[in-house]
Amino acid sequence: MQAMGAWFLNIWEQFDFNIIQGDRYKMLLDGLGTNATITVCAALLGLLLGAVVALMRLSNLRALRGMATVYVTVVRGTPVVVQLMIVWFVVLVNTPVTKTFAAIIAFALNSAAYVGEIIRGGILSIDKGQTEAGRSLGLSAGATMLLIVIPQALKNSLPALLNEFIALWKETSVVGFIGLMDLTKAGDYIKSRTFSAFFPLLTVAAIYLLVVMALTRVFGLVERRLRQSDNR
Amino acid sequence: MAMLEVRNLGKCFAATEVLTDISFSLEKGESLAVIGSSGSGKTTMLRCLNFLETPDKGAIWVNGQCVFDAAAHKTLSSGEIRRRRLHFGLVFQSFNLFPQYTAFQNVVLAGELLAKERTDFRSNKRAILEEIHQRGRELLDSVGLSAKLDSYPHQLSGGQQQRVAIARALALNPDILCFDEPTSALDPELTGEVLNVIRSLAERNTTMVIVTHEMQFARHVADNVLFMDQGLVVEYGRAAEVIDHPSQERTRKFLENYGVNEGNGA
Repeated sequence: MQAMGAWFLNIWEQFDFNIIQGDRYKMLLDGLGTNATITVCAALLGLLLGAVVALMRLSNLRALRGMATVYVTVVRGTPVVVQLMIVWFVVLVNTPVTKTFAAIIAFALNSAAYVGEIIRGGILSIDKGQTEAGRSLGLSAGATMLLIVIPQALKNSLPALLNEFIALWKETSVVGFIGLMDLTKAGDYIKSRTFSAFFPLLTVAAIYLLVVMALTRVFGLVERRLRQSDNR
Repeated sequence: MAMLEVRNLGKCFAATEVLTDISFSLEKGESLAVIGSSGSGKTTMLRCLNFLETPDKGAIWVNGQCVFDAAAHKTLSSGEIRRRRLHFGLVFQSFNLFPQYTAFQNVVLAGELLAKERTDFRSNKRAILEEIHQRGRELLDSVGLSAKLDSYPHQLSGGQQQRVAIARALALNPDILCFDEPTSALDPELTGEVLNVIRSLAERNTTMVIVTHEMQFARHVADNVLFMDQGLVVEYGRAAEVIDHPSQERTRKFLENYGVNEGNGA
């Protein structure tokens, strides 16, 4: 009984030392904020760019199709951390932008390739009759795409898009490579100060997991809401 | 002057000739039923009228105005094609309502977009939109759906969806309303309510082209019947004449399969 009490006390002391003392939890929370900012901004920008990539891939113009295909191939064929470093150390070197901005750009460009393929699939899944109905009512090709096809395509690809968001959230853990103090980097830093790996890294992992579980839950509700209009 | 005049229309898909030398004309206020077995080119012909397919040969005249000429079509801008397409309204076999919009929005959407292109739209926005909405409500009322304005397509039965689609096709006041097998996706009970709407349109002298497999309906509602086989017009004439006394052997054979004219020796 006493041994067990001592064990718990030891755990608590370790936790206190690694996470509470020196306001180390604040560091983790700040890092969490960095990841959240990058993920949300990159996801929104990536969604827009991804829609453009999808439309280019489906374009009648060979040049546009070719450009988009090359883009998707290159982005999907290289590691995101390498892309991130190229954006910061090569493309945006000697520019006054912040590291966070560079990370947003890098992840948006990366996400756009994946999102583009998801949206392209979504657009292709929409019945041709929808386009024909739009055109027969005198809508232009652009209006038909924007008002008729894309809303349905986005809805159909929502589950895949939400998955992509969760993947993006976890991928931003590599921003330490360009010197950003995100959640992962903060854990790593604490480890180097306390010479103890267990609590910093497990706390970091637990925070990622909690966020993903919360997102999964929210997205599940959103999807269920949208599916209610699907019983046709 | 004929409302619709189709001259020598021809269409090939790759090496297959699906329409050969289709010619007919239709007077204002008359309805035409196009009949024929599957694969005879009926639907392709109708899609050519709406420019969903581009014919390779021939011309289409509406109200004395050439809206399509195979020889000159490629020179037209997409905006011009869009404008000319508005001579025709089209009701699809599978309804093709827009699922993300309500019945009412489905009906008024195209009109609203078109109104935005008008030069006086900004100065007169409220009145113009109110007119479009008023018309939308009237149209849905005329197909018996005034209680379903705010329903989404998935909340409606097939017959109701098709009636919304008819109201939608009428919203832009097309010269000619086209139907592509409007009841083929419906069970017999729902077929009746859609045919009743089309019948009342015929009674109000709407110029219509109806591709259909409903022979009794063609016989009793349409003014004219056009029988197609293998991409050719085999027989064209007054509905009662063609269906009761077909002059061509092929027409007779086709109608026999539908159990029309059995026993009257034709």
